[in-house]
Amino acid sequence: MPRRKRLRKVVAPPGFRGYKPYGNRHGKKEHVDLLYEEYEAIKLADYDLMNHQEASEIMGISRPTFARIYESARRKIARALVETREIKSVFGNAHLDKSWFICDACQARFTIPPTLQEQKCPLCRSTKIQIINSKK
Amino acid sequence: MKTIISSTGNQLKSPFDLRFGRAGWFCLLDEETGETSFFQNEFKEASQGAGGKVVEKVVELGVGKVISGDFGPKAKDLLDRFNIQMVIIPDGNQKIEEIIAQLK
Repeated sequence: MPRRKRLRKVVAPPGFRGYKPYGNRHGKKEHVDLLYEEYEAIKLADYDLMNHQEASEIMGISRPTFARIYESARRKIARALVETREIKSVFGNAHLDKSWFICDACQARFTIPPTLQEQKCPLCRSTKIQIINSKK
Repeated sequence: MKTIISSTGNQLKSPFDLRFGRAGWFCLLDEETGETSFFQNEFKEASQGAGGKVVEKVVELGVGKVISGDFGPKAKDLLDRFNIQMVIIPDGNQKIEEIIAQLK
């Protein structure tokens, strides 16, 4: 059995469902699936201009794994451009980093939906809560 | 606000269930009145999509907070979309009544 894939943390999902080439002369082809973590890798490395070490820490994976995801992302995008294929964004092995919090008092992890104003632990009402960021 | 706690049985002394979509029972707690009721998870044996179906049920009941050991990716996404608060308790040795006591 292969080793299980760790979930890659994605800060925000891509704001698109896909990209389509226009004016293409070769009819419709199979699309390319760009995973959320691949989108995130491109975003961190080429848009936020982070180095791979920093980017991998944000995504909660090792630097070599980040490099692999990043390479796969670039190849997919290149393939879509050259072969005039559509790009679709697909969930992949991502874990959406919507602000999860951890309570220092009872160790519970929780989310705070935008409809709630109070910043405290829903279980023990402690106000000592921390936002969970990249686990190092 | 109403809260749902995943449970392995239908009593206050039942241990807490770490799974959400495939928990055996759910405890529905009304935090204002302190009333509790239990209902069975009809999707426990579903071949797929148990989490999503449970979320639908949770939304129907008008619940604002869900307590479990973990949530699947689909359940997480749905609960987020409906602005339902998720609480993850990593320790599975607690009983339902102990969790309720903490909530008060």
